[in-house]
Amino acid sequence: MNGTELKPSLAPGLRLGTVSFVWRPWVALVTLMLAAAAFLLFCLSIAIGDFPISLSRVVATLFGGGEQVDRFVIMDLRMPRALAGLVVGIALGVSGALTQSIARNPLASPDILGITGGSSAVAVFLVTVSGGAATAISDAVGLSAAALIGGLGTGLLVYFLAWRRGVDGFRLILIGISVSAVMEAITTWLLVKADIRDVARAQAWLVGSLDNRSWNEVWIALWGTLALLLVVTCVAFQFKPLHFGDDVAAGLGVRYGAVRAVLLLCAVLLAGIAVSAAGPVPFVALVAPQVAMRLARCPTPPLAASGLFGAVLLLGADLVARAALPVTLPVGVITAAIGGPFLVYLLVRANLK
Amino acid sequence: MGTTTVARPATGGIAASRRRRVVGLATLVVILVIASALSLAVGARALSLGEVWHGLVSGPQDDQRLTEIRLIVRTVRVPRTVLAVVAGVALGVGGALIQGYTRNPIADTGLLGVNAGASFAVVTAVSVFGLADPFQYMWFAFLGAGLAGVVVFGLSSIGRGAGNPLTLALAGQGITVFLAAMTTAIALGDQQALNALRFWNSGSVAGVGFDVIRPVGAFVAAGLLLALFTLPSINLLNLGDDVARGLGVHIARIRITGIVAITLLAGAATAACGPIAFLGLMVAHIARYLTGPDYRWLVPYAGLLGALVLLVCDIVGRLVVRPGELDAGVVVALLGAPFFAALVWLGKFKNA
Repeated sequence: MNGTELKPSLAPGLRLGTVSFVWRPWVALVTLMLAAAAFLLFCLSIAIGDFPISLSRVVATLFGGGEQVDRFVIMDLRMPRALAGLVVGIALGVSGALTQSIARNPLASPDILGITGGSSAVAVFLVTVSGGAATAISDAVGLSAAALIGGLGTGLLVYFLAWRRGVDGFRLILIGISVSAVMEAITTWLLVKADIRDVARAQAWLVGSLDNRSWNEVWIALWGTLALLLVVTCVAFQFKPLHFGDDVAAGLGVRYGAVRAVLLLCAVLLAGIAVSAAGPVPFVALVAPQVAMRLARCPTPPLAASGLFGAVLLLGADLVARAALPVTLPVGVITAAIGGPFLVYLLVRANLK
Repeated sequence: MGTTTVARPATGGIAASRRRRVVGLATLVVILVIASALSLAVGARALSLGEVWHGLVSGPQDDQRLTEIRLIVRTVRVPRTVLAVVAGVALGVGGALIQGYTRNPIADTGLLGVNAGASFAVVTAVSVFGLADPFQYMWFAFLGAGLAGVVVFGLSSIGRGAGNPLTLALAGQGITVFLAAMTTAIALGDQQALNALRFWNSGSVAGVGFDVIRPVGAFVAAGLLLALFTLPSINLLNLGDDVARGLGVHIARIRITGIVAITLLAGAATAACGPIAFLGLMVAHIARYLTGPDYRWLVPYAGLLGALVLLVCDIVGRLVVRPGELDAGVVVALLGAPFFAALVWLGKFKNA
């Protein structure tokens, strides 16, 4: 198994018209297993709660059968949360895989690119500044949508500020760090000025949580993510040669500027959707692509596996947050508690090899 | 200093470039003195420089107005100015040292997890140990900052990845996000801790007396002394570990000395002011632009620039939202980030 990715010429190919794939059985197997794990956790997330439902009944209900009571509990009460976890996890995982590939740097997660910071600043502003325009905005469009717009605006700002005859990954990270710092400073200042009760509300939003999702919010996130994944799937075929650097990609006939801009925009939108649905859940976008890459033994983060591992990570963390601990915590605390040490473990293991 | 690694300047000899750097250093000191004077004069009650001088040197007075001025200058403005200078020097030198040791152009004390460690310790002190006095939880902040810094630096120094910028950045990121979430988890359940955290968190040089500044100053002085000894070795480390070892540098010893120095500097400054992100990163780059890559010059420049920038940001914060105040840490980020972005845009930093 070792070394197959180093000899791509030996891997069998598959050609459909102008589109060709390299057939890598190991990557496909890992992706399938991650998909199965994500589905299992999704069902578990629905099954576990104050009114436990057996897994077989969950699956039966999901596929259209089931009893009346189960249908109510599952479709009206549990489903939005589980679906939000699945969608947000996939969105964050794919977003992280795209940004890390584009910047060719594992640190380049959406958090670094300012998206999280921008939506946090907007959300905290709406929560802590009462009266006038702030109240009008949060009544009109809702906190989540406003946060989404804030995140997108900041992401685009970073992109345009980093634009100088094209966008270079290193410059993107540096600009992202500086814009994030501004957003953080604004957030901190708002928190200092605010009433302590508002601060608690803002802080709860800032850590990332899947509590009290409504179908309404979940639908927006679901359709948005599906649409973006479609675009990503179509464009990503052009994307592979980018890993070899701009010159090689151009030599192979890829319009790398346009491809990268589209994919980066998709990454920003995916992260924005995730943040607006669940708050800035830390670490999923950073860790999921890195783990998926190691599991699939790919040189760069594989998109499908990254998204699925993001879902596994988020749903698993949410289960731990709800069911395995004596106190109920927001899911963001758990992803950080798992993600931080795991990242450190990966580093130490890689270093000791 | 026989093993100098200074790049020979394109024009003029080494003597000329040294003279230029000494003049630059002296100019910075003069500007710093002027900024300090301004810092004593500017505030909710603006004072003339004559009044400031009077407040500094005069003894007790019968005149009500002069007594007031004396009180303001001595108990509010002087501690604030001194702390801005001490913390600014510490963060500037700390930032330059971190970039030197990690060979990472975007390294910052915040990146090492120092700020997150301090925040976590403050919340723990308030929530678990019930401390309410900032003077008490300052020591926790110092401890937290130090522990986080040592853990991150230690983790990134294990085995083959030692000295790799990415390893350090990732380890720092891991510890930072982990600690930040734990901090939030505690603060969410404890309003008193949340309250202490949000004020401590904004990064301010105001409201701290000499009872705090004295121990902070001692730690900073110790850190500076250690830093001084390692400066020539950082130049050699930047040639790569193997070359440095070949030139007789005891790499492990120098790294450990560096970690201790950085921890003392960043930990003390963070404990006294709260997390001030970005300052060290920014001034290290400005200093490198002014002096070139020689750390024996770069580090003193970064220290003076750090003091100057923090002082100016504190003064600006007192002026822009009157009658309120913006904390220095917020101004540092608001002014520093666009400046930094502009430098990035102009292509001043190369992907090292």
